[in-house]
Amino acid sequence: MSSKEFRQLRLENMSRDFGLLNALKGVNLTVQRGEFVALLGPSGCGKSTALNCLAGLLPLTAGSIWLDEARIDLLGPEARGFGMVFQNYALFPHMSVRKNIGFGLRMQRRPKAEIARKVEEALKLVRLEAQAEKLPGQISGGQQQRVAIARAIVVEPPLVLMDEPLSNLDAKLRLEMRAEIRRIHNLLGCATIYVTHDQDEALSLADRIVVLRDGQVRQVGTPEALYARPEHADVAEFMGYRNLIASRAVRAGNGVQVRVGDAVLTGVPVDVDEGEALAAIRPEDLVPMADGPIAATVMTAEYRGRDFYGLANMADGTELFFRSEARVAAGDALRLGADPSRVLVYAQ
Amino acid sequence: MIRYTSLGAKLWATAVWVIVGFFVLNLLAMIATVVVNSFATRWLGTWLPAAFTTRWYASAWDEFQLLDVLIVTMEVVGAVVLLSGLLGVPAAYAMARREFPGKQLVMLLILLPLLVPPITFGIPLATVLYKAGAAGTIWGVILANLVPTVPFVILIMIPFIQQIDPRVEAAARVFGAGTLRMFIHVLVPLLAPGILAALLLVLVRTIAMFELTFLTAGPTSQTLVVALYYAVFAAGVRAGQSIDAMAVVYMVTTLLWLLIALRFVNPTQIVTRAKREAH
Amino acid sequence: MRSEAGVLISGQVPLRVRLAQRGLDGVTLLVLPAVLFIVGLFIYPFVYGLVLSFEPKEGGWLANYAKFFADPYLYTTIGKTLWLAVPVTVLNVLVSIPIALRVRLMRRQRLLTTILVVPITLGTVLVAEGLLNYLGPRGWLNRVILTIGFSDSPVRLIHNYWGVFMSLVITGFPFTFLLTLSYITGIDPSLEQAGAMLGARARQRFREIMLPLLFPGLVITFCLSFVQAFSVFPSAVLLGAPAGDTRVISIAAYQAAFEDYDYSMASAIAMIMAFVQVLIVAALLGLQNAFYRGPAGGGKG
Repeated sequence: MSSKEFRQLRLENMSRDFGLLNALKGVNLTVQRGEFVALLGPSGCGKSTALNCLAGLLPLTAGSIWLDEARIDLLGPEARGFGMVFQNYALFPHMSVRKNIGFGLRMQRRPKAEIARKVEEALKLVRLEAQAEKLPGQISGGQQQRVAIARAIVVEPPLVLMDEPLSNLDAKLRLEMRAEIRRIHNLLGCATIYVTHDQDEALSLADRIVVLRDGQVRQVGTPEALYARPEHADVAEFMGYRNLIASRAVRAGNGVQVRVGDAVLTGVPVDVDEGEALAAIRPEDLVPMADGPIAATVMTAEYRGRDFYGLANMADGTELFFRSEARVAAGDALRLGADPSRVLVYAQ
Repeated sequence: MIRYTSLGAKLWATAVWVIVGFFVLNLLAMIATVVVNSFATRWLGTWLPAAFTTRWYASAWDEFQLLDVLIVTMEVVGAVVLLSGLLGVPAAYAMARREFPGKQLVMLLILLPLLVPPITFGIPLATVLYKAGAAGTIWGVILANLVPTVPFVILIMIPFIQQIDPRVEAAARVFGAGTLRMFIHVLVPLLAPGILAALLLVLVRTIAMFELTFLTAGPTSQTLVVALYYAVFAAGVRAGQSIDAMAVVYMVTTLLWLLIALRFVNPTQIVTRAKREAH
Repeated sequence: MRSEAGVLISGQVPLRVRLAQRGLDGVTLLVLPAVLFIVGLFIYPFVYGLVLSFEPKEGGWLANYAKFFADPYLYTTIGKTLWLAVPVTVLNVLVSIPIALRVRLMRRQRLLTTILVVPITLGTVLVAEGLLNYLGPRGWLNRVILTIGFSDSPVRLIHNYWGVFMSLVITGFPFTFLLTLSYITGIDPSLEQAGAMLGARARQRFREIMLPLLFPGLVITFCLSFVQAFSVFPSAVLLGAPAGDTRVISIAAYQAAFEDYDYSMASAIAMIMAFVQVLIVAALLGLQNAFYRGPAGGGKG
C-alpha cells in the first residue's frame, strides 16, 4: 500500500452526515501523483471533515475513495498508509523526537538498521539532529511542527494530509514553516492535501486550490486562476474581493456595464450578462483617478508602507475599500475607478 | 475516536456492554430488593412478597427513633457543611492566590486526610477525642467529620478560584472597593457556584460517612447511617422489613441530595475531586 | 536580597511590607485556620496514636507490636485483608480499563456515570444490607440460580469471603472506573489517531500509546482503590465472617479499642494498618517511576 507509485487519488461523491447536519455533500476531486492540493474555506465549511474522511478517522456516509483501482474508503486509518500532520501536532509526549519519527517504521516492522538510517535522514531533512533525544515537551512549537512533518513523511506515504498545521505558530514562524513545507514537498514530491482557512497560505503553497463552502466544492483551480478569476461571488469575497457592490448589469460590447450609485463601471462578466448583479473589486484595484466614475468621501485611511488603504463612502452610503498611492485623509473628496479587467461581475 | 465495524471489534464492544449491563442489573436488583422488602408483609422463598404494606415504616420510625436520628443527622451535616465552608474556602483562596514558603508542605497536609482511609486515622482520632471528652457528643462527631471535608472543600475550590481572573479583583480595587466590599460584591458572587458545588458534595459525603461517625458517636449522637449499621448488626432482634424500611429512608435521604448535587456537579467529581482540573 | 542594598532596604521597610514581599500577607493568613485544624485533628492524633502504641498496658515499649506478630488471631488479619483487597482491586482496575476505553466514545456518558455514582454515595453499610437480602439463600440471585438449574440448593454467598468480595466490587468498581475514565478522557484523542495514521493497529495503539500515557493514572487509581479496599470495615462485619475468613485488620483494631478498651493496642494496630498501606503504595509509586510520567496532552502539554 505504502508506495509513492500511485497515479491518482479519486474522491467520488464523498459525503458525510452528522445526524441531520450535512457536513460534506458529494465531493468529487482527483489528485495527481506529486500534486500539492489545498482545501481552502472558512471554518465550518467541511474541510476538516473531508480530511478526516480521507484519513479514515471518520467513515463516509456515501461515496467512495479510490487510489488508482483500489477502493480504500472501507479501510481503517492504519491500513491506508497515509501520513498526517495534525493541527496540534499530536506528538507522543512519552517518546523522544527520534522515537516519534521512527514510530511508523516500527509499526511496519522494518529492520532496525533501516529504521535508524531513515530516521537519521528525516532528522537531517527537518534539521533537528540536535534535538533527536529530547521529548516533545522540551522543544519549541516550530520544532514540534518539524517533528510532526518528519514523522508523517518518513514512511514515504503515497499521500500526506495536513490539517491547518501552521495555525498554532506565530506570524514569523508561520512564514518560515511555509517555506519549509514547500521545500520538503519539492524534495520528496509526495502528494499532499493541505487544509487551511488562510488564503495566503493556500496561494503560496498549493499547485491547485479547492475552495469548499457548506460542504460542497465551489471551485477548483490554480492559485493564479482563483486569485484573478473566482467563479462565484462567495469565492470572490473569500479570495479578497472586499468590495461587493449590488447593482444592475447591462451588456456593452465584450464587457458589461454596472451602475454603482450614479456612476457607471465597466467590468468582466463572469456568470451574468444582464440583470441583478454584484460587482466585485479588490481594494488594491480601486484607486483614485482623474476621470474615475465613482465620487466618494474618505472616512478613514491608514498608511501601510508604499500605499494608503482606506474606506470611502459614496453619496448613497455605500462603503468602498480603496488604495491610494498619494496621501489621503478623512474628509477628502475622491473620484475612484478601476481597470475594467479587474472588475468582476457576478449574478446576484 | 476511531470506531471499527469488524466482527472482532463488535464482539469486543458487546462483551464490554454485557459486563456493564450485568453490573448495573445486579446493582439495581440489590436496591430493589431492599425497597420491595420494606413494603412486604411476608417474603419467604418466592419471587415477590405475599402482599404489600406500609406498616414497617411506622414501626421503624418508632423502633429506631428515626425522628431523633434524623434531627441529629441534620444537625451534624449542617454544622459540617457550614464549618468546612468557613474553614475551607478562605484557605483555598490563599492557596490559589499566593505563593508562600512552605506551600507544598501545606498542600501535602491538605491531601493526607483524603488519602488516608477514615478507619485508619479514625481510631487514633477517636482516642484523642475520648481523652478530651468530646467523643460521644455531637461535637465530637462534627469535629471528626470535618477532618476529611475541610481538605475536600479546599481541593475543589483551588482550581475554581484559579480560573477567576485576578485582574477582576484588581479592577475592583482600582475602582475604590475596600477589601470587605470587594469580597462581598465581587468575590462572593463569582465564587458562589463553586462553593455551592463543594458544599453539596460535602453534604452528600457526610450523610454517607460511616467510619468516622461510628467511631466517635455515642448513643445520642448517631447519624442515620450509623443507626442503620447497628440495626443490621443486630438483625434478628427486629423484623428484616423494619430494617429495610430504615434503609429506604436512608437511601431516599442520600439520593435526594445526590440528585440535587448532580444538578451542579459532574458525577465524576464525586470520585475524582478536582484532580483533573488541578493542572 | 543579600546585597548591601537589600540589607539597607530591609532595615528601613516595615516588617509587614517585608513579609508581604515574601508572600506572607493578610490573604496568606487565611490558610492558617484550616492548617491548624488539620494539624490539631489529623496530625496530632496520628502522632499521639504512634506514641501511645509504644506505651502498652503492660510490657516493654514494643510489647503491642510483639503481641500482634505473635498472636495468629491478630497477625493473620494482614493476610486476610490483603487476600480480599488485592484481588478485588486488580479485578476492578483490569475491568475498568476496557470499559472506560469504550465509554469514552459514548456521547451520553452521564447516565452511566450517574448510575455508577449511586453505590459510592449510598456507602458500604447500605450495600451490605442490600446484598444480605439479594445474595441471601432466599434472595433473587439464588432464585435465578435455582431456576436456571445452575445448582440444586442455594449457593452460599453471604457470611463468607464472597459476600465481602461482592460488596467491594459493588462499591469499588464504580470508584475505580470513574477514576480511570477521568484519566482516559484526559488523553488527547488525536494521539491515538496519529498512531492509527502511522499504521498502528488497535492493540498496538493501546500498548504503545494509550497504556504508557495512562500508566501513571492507573497507578494512582490502583493505590486509591487498594487503600479503600484495604480499610474495609462495615461489610466485613455484616456480610462476612468477622471471626473467620473476613476478620480484616480494621476489625482487629476496632475490637481492641471498643471491646477491650485497649487504646494503646488499637493504636498499634492502626499504625500497622497504615504502614502496610504505605508500603504497598510506595512500592507501586516506585514501579511507576520506572515508566514515563508527564503530560498526557498534545506536544505542548
